[in-house]
Amino acid sequence: MNKETLMRINLSKRNIKDPFVVKVEELSGQNLLACYQCGKCSAGCPAVSEMDILPNQIIRYAQLGLKNELLQSKSIWICASCFTCNARCPKGINIAEIIEAIRQILLRKREDHVNLNKLSDAEKGDVPPIAIISNLRKFTS
Amino acid sequence: MKISYYPGCTLKNNAKNFEDSTLCSLKKLGIEVEELPRWNCCGTVFSLATDDLIHHVAPIRNLIRTKESNSEKIMTLCAMCFNTLKRANERVKADPESLEKINDFMYLEKINYEGDVKVLHLLEILRDEVKFENIAKKVVKPLKNLKVANYYGCLLVRPKEIGLDDVENPTILENLTTVLGADPADFPFKTECCASYQTVDKPEIVAERAFQILTSAQSQGADVVAVSCPLCAFNLDHRQKETVKKYPEFKNIPILYFSQILAIALSCPEESLRFDLHFVDPKPILKEKGLI
Repeated sequence: MNKETLMRINLSKRNIKDPFVVKVEELSGQNLLACYQCGKCSAGCPAVSEMDILPNQIIRYAQLGLKNELLQSKSIWICASCFTCNARCPKGINIAEIIEAIRQILLRKREDHVNLNKLSDAEKGDVPPIAIISNLRKFTS
Repeated sequence: MKISYYPGCTLKNNAKNFEDSTLCSLKKLGIEVEELPRWNCCGTVFSLATDDLIHHVAPIRNLIRTKESNSEKIMTLCAMCFNTLKRANERVKADPESLEKINDFMYLEKINYEGDVKVLHLLEILRDEVKFENIAKKVVKPLKNLKVANYYGCLLVRPKEIGLDDVENPTILENLTTVLGADPADFPFKTECCASYQTVDKPEIVAERAFQILTSAQSQGADVVAVSCPLCAFNLDHRQKETVKKYPEFKNIPILYFSQILAIALSCPEESLRFDLHFVDPKPILKEKGLI
Protein backbone atom coordinates (compact mmCIF):
# COMPACT_ATOMS: atom_id res chain seq x y z
CA MET A 1 0.00 0.00 0.00
CA ASN A 2 1.30 3.42 -0.80
CA LYS A 3 1.50 6.32 1.57
CA GLU A 4 -1.68 7.94 0.31
CA THR A 5 -3.88 4.95 1.07
CA LEU A 6 -2.42 4.82 4.57
CA MET A 7 -3.24 8.48 5.25
CA ARG A 8 -4.22 8.98 8.87
CA ILE A 9 -7.60 10.56 9.35
CA ASN A 10 -8.38 12.20 12.62
CA LEU A 11 -12.07 11.94 13.43
CA SER A 12 -13.36 14.16 16.16
CA LYS A 13 -16.59 15.80 17.25
CA ARG A 14 -14.85 19.14 16.78
CA ASN A 15 -14.14 18.44 13.09
CA ILE A 16 -17.67 17.27 12.44
CA LYS A 17 -19.05 20.49 13.93
CA ASP A 18 -16.48 22.67 12.17
CA PRO A 19 -17.93 25.88 10.67
CA PHE A 20 -16.63 24.55 7.32
CA VAL A 21 -19.26 21.77 7.36
CA VAL A 22 -22.00 24.26 8.19
CA LYS A 23 -20.81 26.53 5.39
CA VAL A 24 -20.79 23.70 2.82
CA GLU A 25 -24.37 22.80 3.77
CA GLU A 26 -25.44 26.41 3.68
CA LEU A 27 -23.88 27.31 0.31
CA SER A 28 -25.01 24.09 -1.35
CA GLY A 29 -28.43 23.94 0.28
CA GLN A 30 -27.86 20.19 0.79
CA ASN A 31 -28.10 17.90 3.81
CA LEU A 32 -24.76 16.08 3.87
CA LEU A 33 -26.05 13.40 6.24
CA ALA A 34 -28.67 12.30 3.69
CA CYS A 35 -25.90 10.48 1.82
CA TYR A 36 -25.67 6.74 2.56
CA GLN A 37 -22.60 6.17 0.38
CA CYS A 38 -24.10 4.02 -2.36
CA GLY A 39 -21.45 5.35 -4.77
CA LYS A 40 -23.79 5.90 -7.70
CA CYS A 41 -22.48 9.46 -8.19
CA SER A 42 -18.92 8.19 -8.61
CA ALA A 43 -20.00 5.29 -10.82
CA GLY A 44 -21.58 7.65 -13.35
CA CYS A 45 -19.13 10.55 -13.12
CA PRO A 46 -17.28 11.00 -16.44
CA ALA A 47 -14.40 12.78 -14.68
CA VAL A 48 -13.36 10.21 -12.04
CA SER A 49 -10.27 9.14 -13.97
CA GLU A 50 -8.83 12.62 -13.30
CA MET A 51 -9.94 12.85 -9.67
CA ASP A 52 -7.99 12.18 -6.47
CA ILE A 53 -11.09 11.99 -4.21
CA LEU A 54 -14.24 10.53 -5.80
CA PRO A 55 -17.60 12.34 -5.58
CA ASN A 56 -19.04 9.99 -2.92
CA GLN A 57 -15.81 10.38 -0.94
CA ILE A 58 -16.12 14.17 -1.19
CA ILE A 59 -19.46 13.90 0.61
CA ARG A 60 -18.03 11.49 3.18
CA TYR A 61 -15.07 13.80 3.85
CA ALA A 62 -17.46 16.74 4.17
CA GLN A 63 -19.65 14.79 6.63
CA LEU A 64 -16.55 14.16 8.72
CA GLY A 65 -15.30 17.74 8.50
CA LEU A 66 -12.06 16.86 6.68
CA LYS A 67 -11.66 20.44 5.56
CA ASN A 68 -8.02 20.54 4.51
CA GLU A 69 -8.25 17.32 2.50
CA LEU A 70 -11.17 18.76 0.56
CA LEU A 71 -9.77 22.25 0.07
CA GLN A 72 -6.50 20.81 -1.25
CA SER A 73 -8.09 18.19 -3.48
CA LYS A 74 -7.69 18.20 -7.24
CA SER A 75 -11.22 16.88 -7.71
CA ILE A 76 -13.03 20.12 -6.86
CA TRP A 77 -11.39 21.74 -9.93
CA ILE A 78 -11.98 18.71 -12.18
CA CYS A 79 -15.77 18.61 -11.72
CA ALA A 80 -17.34 20.53 -14.62
CA SER A 81 -20.88 20.61 -13.13
CA CYS A 82 -22.33 18.25 -15.74
CA PHE A 83 -25.04 17.21 -13.20
CA THR A 84 -24.92 13.50 -14.02
CA CYS A 85 -24.45 12.73 -10.29
CA ASN A 86 -27.40 14.95 -9.35
CA ALA A 87 -29.63 13.24 -11.92
CA ARG A 88 -28.79 9.79 -10.54
CA CYS A 89 -28.58 10.22 -6.76
CA PRO A 90 -31.27 8.00 -5.17
CA LYS A 91 -31.43 10.37 -2.19
CA GLY A 92 -31.90 13.46 -4.36
CA ILE A 93 -28.69 15.08 -3.17
CA ASN A 94 -27.19 17.71 -5.46
CA ILE A 95 -23.56 16.63 -5.38
CA ALA A 96 -22.48 19.24 -7.97
CA GLU A 97 -23.77 21.94 -5.62
CA ILE A 98 -21.70 20.49 -2.74
CA ILE A 99 -18.55 20.62 -4.88
CA GLU A 100 -19.45 24.18 -5.94
CA ALA A 101 -19.74 25.15 -2.26
CA ILE A 102 -16.20 23.87 -1.56
CA ARG A 103 -14.84 25.80 -4.58
CA GLN A 104 -16.69 28.90 -3.40
CA ILE A 105 -15.09 28.71 0.05
CA LEU A 106 -11.67 29.09 -1.60
CA LEU A 107 -12.73 31.55 -4.30
CA ARG A 108 -14.32 33.84 -1.74
CA LYS A 109 -10.92 34.13 -0.10
CA ARG A 110 -9.66 35.30 -3.50
CA GLU A 111 -7.77 32.10 -4.10
CA ASP A 112 -8.30 31.91 -7.86
CA HIS A 113 -7.72 28.61 -9.59
CA VAL A 114 -6.81 30.02 -13.02
CA ASN A 115 -4.87 33.01 -14.18
CA LEU A 116 -5.52 33.71 -17.84
CA ASN A 117 -2.46 35.95 -17.99
CA LYS A 118 -0.36 32.82 -17.57
CA LEU A 119 -1.79 31.29 -20.74
CA SER A 120 0.00 32.13 -23.98
CA ASP A 121 -1.80 33.91 -26.82
CA ALA A 122 -1.55 30.68 -28.81
CA GLU A 123 -3.25 28.76 -25.99
CA LYS A 124 -6.01 31.35 -25.64
CA GLY A 125 -6.06 31.84 -29.39
CA ASP A 126 -9.09 30.16 -30.85
CA VAL A 127 -10.97 29.41 -27.62
CA PRO A 128 -14.53 30.79 -27.97
CA PRO A 129 -15.97 33.43 -25.59
CA ILE A 130 -18.38 30.88 -24.09
CA ALA A 131 -15.38 28.87 -22.81
CA ILE A 132 -13.49 31.85 -21.39
CA ILE A 133 -16.53 33.29 -19.62
CA SER A 134 -17.62 29.99 -18.08
CA ASN A 135 -14.07 29.14 -17.04
CA LEU A 136 -13.64 32.50 -15.30
CA ARG A 137 -17.07 32.22 -13.69
CA LYS A 138 -16.18 28.85 -12.19
CA PHE A 139 -12.50 29.29 -11.39
CA THR A 140 -12.03 32.90 -10.29
CA SER A 141 -13.55 35.10 -7.61
CA MET B 1 -45.37 32.80 -36.42
CA LYS B 2 -42.97 35.36 -34.96
CA ILE B 3 -40.50 34.60 -32.19
CA SER B 4 -38.04 36.60 -30.06
CA TYR B 5 -34.52 35.27 -30.27
CA TYR B 6 -31.67 35.51 -27.75
CA PRO B 7 -28.34 34.73 -29.47
CA GLY B 8 -25.73 34.93 -26.67
CA CYS B 9 -22.02 35.67 -27.06
CA THR B 10 -20.64 32.82 -29.16
CA LEU B 11 -23.41 32.74 -31.79
CA LYS B 12 -22.04 36.01 -33.11
CA ASN B 13 -18.51 34.75 -33.76
CA ASN B 14 -17.22 31.16 -33.36
CA ALA B 15 -20.72 29.71 -33.74
CA LYS B 16 -21.91 31.89 -36.63
CA ASN B 17 -22.52 28.62 -38.49
CA PHE B 18 -25.08 27.73 -35.81
CA GLU B 19 -26.85 31.09 -36.12
CA ASP B 20 -26.83 31.44 -39.91
CA SER B 21 -28.03 27.89 -40.55
CA THR B 22 -30.81 28.33 -37.96
CA LEU B 23 -32.01 31.65 -39.37
CA CYS B 24 -32.09 30.25 -42.89
CA SER B 25 -33.96 27.10 -41.76
CA LEU B 26 -36.54 29.04 -39.76
CA LYS B 27 -37.19 31.30 -42.72
CA LYS B 28 -37.79 28.24 -44.90
CA LEU B 29 -40.19 26.94 -42.24
CA GLY B 30 -42.10 30.23 -42.30
CA ILE B 31 -41.06 31.51 -38.89
CA GLU B 32 -40.19 35.13 -38.43
CA VAL B 33 -37.32 35.69 -36.00
CA GLU B 34 -36.73 38.92 -34.14
CA GLU B 35 -33.42 39.30 -32.33
CA LEU B 36 -33.82 40.70 -28.83
CA PRO B 37 -32.75 44.35 -28.70
CA ARG B 38 -29.99 45.19 -26.18
CA TRP B 39 -29.44 41.61 -25.05
CA ASN B 40 -26.54 40.96 -22.68
CA CYS B 41 -24.39 37.94 -21.79
CA CYS B 42 -26.31 35.38 -19.68
CA GLY B 43 -23.19 34.50 -17.69
CA THR B 44 -22.93 31.09 -19.43
CA VAL B 45 -23.24 29.07 -16.19
CA PHE B 46 -26.08 29.09 -13.67
CA SER B 47 -24.81 30.11 -10.27
CA LEU B 48 -25.13 27.13 -7.92
CA ALA B 49 -24.40 28.77 -4.56
CA THR B 50 -27.62 29.40 -2.61
CA ASP B 51 -26.67 32.91 -1.49
CA ASP B 52 -25.40 34.16 -4.85
CA LEU B 53 -28.16 36.33 -6.32
CA ILE B 54 -26.02 38.80 -8.22
CA HIS B 55 -25.20 36.30 -10.95
CA HIS B 56 -28.90 35.83 -11.69
CA VAL B 57 -29.25 39.51 -12.58
CA ALA B 58 -27.79 39.10 -16.09
CA PRO B 59 -30.14 36.31 -17.20
CA ILE B 60 -33.19 38.00 -15.63
CA ARG B 61 -32.33 41.27 -17.34
CA ASN B 62 -32.64 39.46 -20.68
CA LEU B 63 -36.11 38.30 -19.66
CA ILE B 64 -37.03 41.94 -18.96
CA ARG B 65 -35.81 42.77 -22.50
CA THR B 66 -38.11 40.02 -23.77
CA LYS B 67 -41.08 41.64 -22.02
CA GLU B 68 -40.05 45.02 -23.44
CA SER B 69 -40.28 43.60 -26.93
CA ASN B 70 -43.88 42.54 -26.15
CA SER B 71 -43.06 38.88 -26.19
CA GLU B 72 -44.00 36.20 -23.67
CA LYS B 73 -41.35 33.75 -24.80
CA ILE B 74 -37.73 33.74 -25.82
CA MET B 75 -35.93 31.28 -28.08
CA THR B 76 -32.34 30.25 -27.38
CA LEU B 77 -30.00 28.20 -29.57
CA CYS B 78 -26.99 27.70 -27.31
CA ALA B 79 -27.52 24.93 -24.74
CA MET B 80 -25.66 26.92 -22.06
CA CYS B 81 -27.78 30.05 -22.61
CA PHE B 82 -30.93 27.90 -22.57
CA ASN B 83 -29.94 26.33 -19.28
CA THR B 84 -28.81 29.53 -17.57
CA LEU B 85 -31.82 31.62 -18.62
CA LYS B 86 -34.32 28.88 -17.83
CA ARG B 87 -32.78 27.95 -14.48
CA ALA B 88 -32.54 31.56 -13.35
CA ASN B 89 -36.18 32.00 -14.37
CA GLU B 90 -37.28 28.90 -12.42
CA ARG B 91 -35.15 29.99 -9.45
CA VAL B 92 -36.87 33.38 -9.12
CA LYS B 93 -40.32 31.93 -9.83
CA ALA B 94 -39.90 29.54 -6.92
CA ASP B 95 -38.57 32.22 -4.58
CA PRO B 96 -40.45 35.57 -4.63
CA GLU B 97 -38.06 37.06 -2.08
CA SER B 98 -35.03 36.70 -4.33
CA LEU B 99 -37.07 37.95 -7.29
CA GLU B 100 -37.88 41.08 -5.31
CA LYS B 101 -34.21 41.61 -4.42
CA ILE B 102 -33.17 41.19 -8.06
CA ASN B 103 -35.88 43.62 -9.19
CA ASP B 104 -34.76 46.11 -6.53
CA PHE B 105 -31.21 45.82 -7.79
CA MET B 106 -32.40 46.68 -11.31
CA TYR B 107 -34.45 49.66 -10.14
CA LEU B 108 -33.58 51.62 -13.28
CA GLU B 109 -35.44 49.13 -15.45
CA LYS B 110 -38.93 50.23 -16.42
CA ILE B 111 -40.40 46.76 -16.03
CA ASN B 112 -40.62 44.83 -12.79
CA TYR B 113 -39.99 41.19 -13.73
CA GLU B 114 -42.70 38.80 -12.56
CA GLY B 115 -41.39 35.44 -13.73
CA ASP B 116 -43.78 35.34 -16.67
CA VAL B 117 -41.46 34.79 -19.65
CA LYS B 118 -41.11 31.29 -21.08
CA VAL B 119 -37.57 30.24 -22.01
CA LEU B 120 -37.51 27.82 -24.94
CA HIS B 121 -34.84 26.08 -26.92
CA LEU B 122 -34.99 26.02 -30.74
CA LEU B 123 -35.52 22.23 -30.58
CA GLU B 124 -38.68 22.75 -28.52
CA ILE B 125 -40.00 25.28 -31.05
CA LEU B 126 -39.36 22.77 -33.84
CA ARG B 127 -40.95 19.87 -31.94
CA ASP B 128 -43.92 21.59 -30.26
CA GLU B 129 -44.81 24.54 -32.46
CA VAL B 130 -43.62 23.82 -36.00
CA LYS B 131 -43.95 20.04 -35.39
CA PHE B 132 -41.65 17.47 -36.93
CA GLU B 133 -44.30 16.10 -39.31
CA ASN B 134 -44.58 19.55 -40.89
CA ILE B 135 -40.79 19.79 -41.19
CA ALA B 136 -40.84 16.43 -42.99
CA LYS B 137 -43.13 17.93 -45.64
CA LYS B 138 -40.65 20.72 -46.32
CA VAL B 139 -37.59 18.53 -46.77
CA VAL B 140 -36.15 19.20 -50.22
CA LYS B 141 -33.03 17.12 -49.92
CA PRO B 142 -33.53 14.00 -47.76
CA LEU B 143 -30.31 13.09 -45.97
CA LYS B 144 -30.21 9.58 -47.38
CA ASN B 145 -27.43 7.32 -46.12
CA LEU B 146 -26.11 9.92 -43.69
CA LYS B 147 -25.51 8.27 -40.34
CA VAL B 148 -25.70 10.88 -37.57
CA ALA B 149 -24.59 10.43 -33.95
CA ASN B 150 -26.74 12.90 -32.00
CA TYR B 151 -24.91 14.45 -29.08
CA TYR B 152 -26.83 16.27 -26.33
CA GLY B 153 -24.09 16.95 -23.83
CA CYS B 154 -25.23 18.11 -20.39
CA LEU B 155 -27.25 21.26 -20.35
CA LEU B 156 -30.07 20.47 -22.76
CA VAL B 157 -31.17 17.59 -20.55
CA ARG B 158 -29.88 18.24 -17.02
CA PRO B 159 -31.06 19.02 -14.42
CA LYS B 160 -34.25 17.04 -14.97
CA GLU B 161 -36.59 19.97 -14.14
CA ILE B 162 -34.94 22.09 -16.83
CA GLY B 163 -34.21 19.53 -19.54
CA LEU B 164 -36.22 19.44 -22.75
CA ASP B 165 -36.35 15.65 -22.95
CA ASP B 166 -35.67 12.48 -20.96
CA VAL B 167 -32.70 12.97 -18.65
CA GLU B 168 -31.00 9.63 -19.39
CA ASN B 169 -32.20 8.78 -22.88
CA PRO B 170 -33.27 11.87 -24.82
CA THR B 171 -34.48 11.24 -28.38
CA ILE B 172 -35.55 14.66 -29.68
CA LEU B 173 -32.48 14.99 -31.93
CA GLU B 174 -32.89 11.43 -33.26
CA ASN B 175 -36.55 12.17 -34.02
CA LEU B 176 -35.57 15.34 -35.87
CA THR B 177 -32.76 13.78 -37.90
CA THR B 178 -35.08 10.89 -38.79
CA VAL B 179 -37.71 13.18 -40.34
CA LEU B 180 -34.88 14.79 -42.32
CA GLY B 181 -34.19 11.39 -43.85
CA ALA B 182 -30.96 10.67 -41.98
CA ASP B 183 -30.12 7.53 -40.07
CA PRO B 184 -29.50 8.19 -36.35
CA ALA B 185 -26.77 6.06 -34.77
CA ASP B 186 -27.08 4.29 -31.42
CA PHE B 187 -24.84 6.45 -29.31
CA PRO B 188 -24.28 5.54 -25.65
CA PHE B 189 -22.10 8.62 -25.07
CA LYS B 190 -24.78 11.06 -26.19
CA THR B 191 -25.24 12.72 -22.78
CA GLU B 192 -21.65 12.33 -21.57
CA CYS B 193 -19.93 15.61 -20.60
CA CYS B 194 -17.27 16.94 -23.02
CA ALA B 195 -15.41 18.56 -20.05
CA SER B 196 -16.83 21.97 -20.92
CA TYR B 197 -14.81 25.02 -19.81
CA GLN B 198 -11.84 22.85 -18.75
CA THR B 199 -10.85 23.42 -22.38
CA VAL B 200 -9.26 26.75 -21.39
CA ASP B 201 -6.71 25.61 -18.81
CA LYS B 202 -6.82 21.79 -19.06
CA PRO B 203 -7.26 21.04 -22.79
CA GLU B 204 -5.72 17.57 -22.35
CA ILE B 205 -8.79 16.47 -20.38
CA VAL B 206 -11.05 17.64 -23.21
CA ALA B 207 -8.92 15.86 -25.82
CA GLU B 208 -9.27 12.62 -23.85
CA ARG B 209 -13.03 13.07 -23.47
CA ALA B 210 -13.39 13.90 -27.18
CA PHE B 211 -11.54 10.65 -27.94
CA GLN B 212 -13.95 8.59 -25.81
CA ILE B 213 -17.08 10.27 -27.16
CA LEU B 214 -16.07 10.35 -30.83
CA THR B 215 -14.67 6.83 -31.02
CA SER B 216 -17.97 5.62 -29.55
CA ALA B 217 -19.80 7.45 -32.38
CA GLN B 218 -17.41 5.99 -34.95
CA SER B 219 -17.84 2.47 -33.62
CA GLN B 220 -21.56 2.83 -34.41
CA GLY B 221 -20.74 3.81 -37.98
CA ALA B 222 -21.53 7.53 -37.64
CA ASP B 223 -20.50 9.80 -40.54
CA VAL B 224 -20.97 13.00 -38.52
CA VAL B 225 -21.81 14.06 -34.97
CA ALA B 226 -24.66 16.55 -34.44
CA VAL B 227 -24.40 19.01 -31.53
CA SER B 228 -26.43 21.86 -30.06
CA CYS B 229 -23.92 23.73 -27.89
CA PRO B 230 -21.10 25.98 -29.13
CA LEU B 231 -18.80 24.80 -26.34
CA CYS B 232 -19.43 21.11 -27.12
CA ALA B 233 -18.85 21.99 -30.78
CA PHE B 234 -15.49 23.58 -30.04
CA ASN B 235 -14.40 20.75 -27.74
CA LEU B 236 -15.45 17.94 -30.06
CA ASP B 237 -14.35 19.61 -33.29
CA HIS B 238 -11.34 21.89 -32.69
CA ARG B 239 -9.87 19.81 -29.86
CA GLN B 240 -9.54 16.87 -32.29
CA LYS B 241 -6.20 18.55 -33.09
CA GLU B 242 -5.02 17.61 -29.56
CA THR B 243 -6.79 14.22 -29.68
CA VAL B 244 -4.78 13.20 -32.75
CA LYS B 245 -1.54 14.19 -31.00
CA LYS B 246 -2.38 11.88 -28.09
CA TYR B 247 -3.89 9.08 -30.19
CA PRO B 248 -2.20 9.07 -33.65
CA GLU B 249 -4.52 6.26 -34.81
CA PHE B 250 -7.60 8.47 -34.21
CA LYS B 251 -9.45 9.41 -37.39
CA ASN B 252 -11.11 12.83 -37.58
CA ILE B 253 -14.90 13.00 -37.72
CA PRO B 254 -16.86 16.14 -38.71
CA ILE B 255 -19.02 17.88 -36.08
CA LEU B 256 -22.14 19.70 -37.29
CA TYR B 257 -24.77 21.73 -35.49
CA PHE B 258 -28.17 20.02 -35.83
CA SER B 259 -29.29 23.29 -37.45
CA GLN B 260 -26.75 22.80 -40.25
CA ILE B 261 -28.16 19.34 -40.89
CA LEU B 262 -31.66 20.85 -40.95
CA ALA B 263 -30.48 23.63 -43.28
CA ILE B 264 -29.00 21.09 -45.73
CA ALA B 265 -32.27 19.13 -45.81
CA LEU B 266 -34.24 22.34 -46.39
CA SER B 267 -31.83 23.29 -49.17
CA CYS B 268 -30.36 26.45 -47.62
CA PRO B 269 -27.47 28.00 -49.55
CA GLU B 270 -23.97 26.81 -48.64
CA GLU B 271 -23.03 30.30 -47.38
CA SER B 272 -25.44 29.79 -44.47
CA LEU B 273 -23.57 26.64 -43.40
CA ARG B 274 -20.28 28.47 -42.82
CA PHE B 275 -18.01 25.43 -43.12
CA ASP B 276 -15.02 27.79 -42.90
CA LEU B 277 -15.51 27.84 -39.11
CA HIS B 278 -14.95 24.09 -38.72
CA PHE B 279 -11.70 22.39 -37.83
CA VAL B 280 -12.67 19.05 -39.39
CA ASP B 281 -14.07 19.82 -42.84
CA PRO B 282 -17.56 18.30 -43.25
CA LYS B 283 -17.56 18.89 -47.04
CA PRO B 284 -15.89 15.63 -48.21
CA ILE B 285 -18.42 13.36 -46.48
CA LEU B 286 -21.39 15.57 -47.48
CA LYS B 287 -20.18 15.58 -51.10
CA GLU B 288 -19.73 11.83 -51.01
CA LYS B 289 -23.38 11.49 -49.90
CA GLY B 290 -24.47 13.92 -52.59
CA LEU B 291 -25.79 16.47 -50.11
CA ILE B 292 -23.80 19.56 -51.14
